Amino acid sequence: MLEQLPALQVAITLTAAPVVMMLGRASRLAWVLTTLSCWASFAVALLLFNQVADGSVISYEMGGWAPPWGIEYSIDAANAWVLVIIGLISALVMPFARRSVEQEISESRIALFYSAFLLANAGLIGITLTADAFNIFVFFEISALASYALIAMGQDRRAVLSAYQYLIMGTVGTTFLLIGIGFLYIMTGTLNLGDLAARLPEVSDTRTIRAAFGFIAVGISLKLALFPLHLWLPNAYTYAPSMVTVFLSATATKVAIYVLLRFVYGVFGFEFSFVELSMAWLLMPLALLGIVVPSLVAVFQTNVKRLLAYSSVAQVGYMILGISFASVLGLTASILHLFNHAITKAALFMAVGCLVYRLGGVSLTQLAGAGQRMPWTMGAFVVAGLSLIGIPLTAGFVTKWHLLQAALEGGLWPIAVLLLGTSLLAALYIWKVVEAAYFQEPEDSTEVVHEAPLGLLLPTLLLTASTVVFGVFGSFTVQSARTAAAALMGGVP
Amino acid sequence: MEWLGLYNYWVVVALMMIGFYIVIAQGNLIKKLVGLNIFQTSVFVFFISLAHLDGGTAPIALPGVTAYSNPLPHVLILTAIVVGVALTAMGLALVVRVQEAYGTIEEDEIHQQDELH
Repeated sequence: MLEQLPALQVAITLTAAPVVMMLGRASRLAWVLTTLSCWASFAVALLLFNQVADGSVISYEMGGWAPPWGIEYSIDAANAWVLVIIGLISALVMPFARRSVEQEISESRIALFYSAFLLANAGLIGITLTADAFNIFVFFEISALASYALIAMGQDRRAVLSAYQYLIMGTVGTTFLLIGIGFLYIMTGTLNLGDLAARLPEVSDTRTIRAAFGFIAVGISLKLALFPLHLWLPNAYTYAPSMVTVFLSATATKVAIYVLLRFVYGVFGFEFSFVELSMAWLLMPLALLGIVVPSLVAVFQTNVKRLLAYSSVAQVGYMILGISFASVLGLTASILHLFNHAITKAALFMAVGCLVYRLGGVSLTQLAGAGQRMPWTMGAFVVAGLSLIGIPLTAGFVTKWHLLQAALEGGLWPIAVLLLGTSLLAALYIWKVVEAAYFQEPEDSTEVVHEAPLGLLLPTLLLTASTVVFGVFGSFTVQSARTAAAALMGGVP
Repeated sequence: MEWLGLYNYWVVVALMMIGFYIVIAQGNLIKKLVGLNIFQTSVFVFFISLAHLDGGTAPIALPGVTAYSNPLPHVLILTAIVVGVALTAMGLALVVRVQEAYGTIEEDEIHQQDELH
């Protein structure tokens, strides 16, 4: 049983999806089944994480065909870490989803909605697990197709348009990835990541391989919303249903960053990517622009969901910045931020989901008075907001601290100063929300607004609490991120 | 004239650029999808080209045949075609809903409508 875990990890949600779809109008049953499969998937992720936490590697041969001919699933500390993120977020978002989805999606579509959610989940898990380049492309498309459907189910008509724009840009991204994989296959005759890593050094000094690197890097950068390829993200996150925004913001871009790391470190290798092609000089300016510009844009937003979406683009910038330091410490900071930002942003978007549930929308004017009317929700928003800014004793601080250390280690003190400055920008846009919610009188003060129902509030508070827990007791996450960084730096699993 | 011998790759690049240009330049949502399809198809042709071997036959063991085309890229592209069909269906379904919501599928007209709100 235990040796079949890698297959189970993706099979649970993938097989649950069609079953849930066939439930039709039994929407409550669909929710129960989806929740159970997400929890089971999270349990499997934890078991896998536990097995590789010491730095060992699990290699699973799909269907018993030995790699490089068969498809291999391989799990090391790096992708087990990402699996835990996906598992945790999907396990927590499901209790939140029940009432939020009942309100936002029409009854007859709820089963279909959960089915698409399960497919998106399975796709992301598949991308993370597989050690086969073409498999990565296919799973990317599975998760992407399901995400387009999920986003299009938003209530605003602009949801459909943003889903369409995401489809166009996402497809261009994955097709670029496919072209890159084709170039790699021409030169090496293999698709297995480990096998590729072994065969590439021989042919790496060719234009084909350099072109492959370019196509793959640009294609994945589109998927992970690296500035200035982020244009699909703000609209998609703003108009998607609350639960979809929580899930996608916490997992989709993180998984794409993991794939970038896997290709850059695991397949092409540190030497080729950073020494021969000086990738750092490309990533660093984009990361810095990606932190500063979207943060500035976020300050001027009046819709809180859109504000947080721009902040997500900025946070991707932090993760890419860590990679661009080309050091173990920088990579550790990036991997750490995958987790810390996932829980922080999920908590924030859940709080926003609670506000949407009670207030019907989250423009700054609608938020007036929410601080008194929904104290728990706004309290969660403030605490998670502090983590986003990077205040000590929150998860966000642990990453910022490591990023600062990595910057100083590389002698890049101007970047360290800039990091402190951008934290102020984050403080500025979080403050805007706080000011609207606590210090402005609602237009209609006789209107009675209750605190969000417990089903929505509990997961929100749980995630918010976890941002504090992982901020105070950061040593566990730091240790796991170090092991993951070592696994990536050491080559392919 | 060696570069002419690889004319299929030139066709691939030309198709790729035509498709990509349509995706970027066209404001009509359907035409964008058409461009996306051309773009994807060029990649399919690319994969099939790289599997080709001069004088090679289908990969079935026959007496007297020594050269075979590589079947793996064909299989990959079979999968990629299925993905492409799903994407086109998804894209067209979204365009139908855009038409229902806005009454137009021209990008500039849609943005105009949203600004009025």
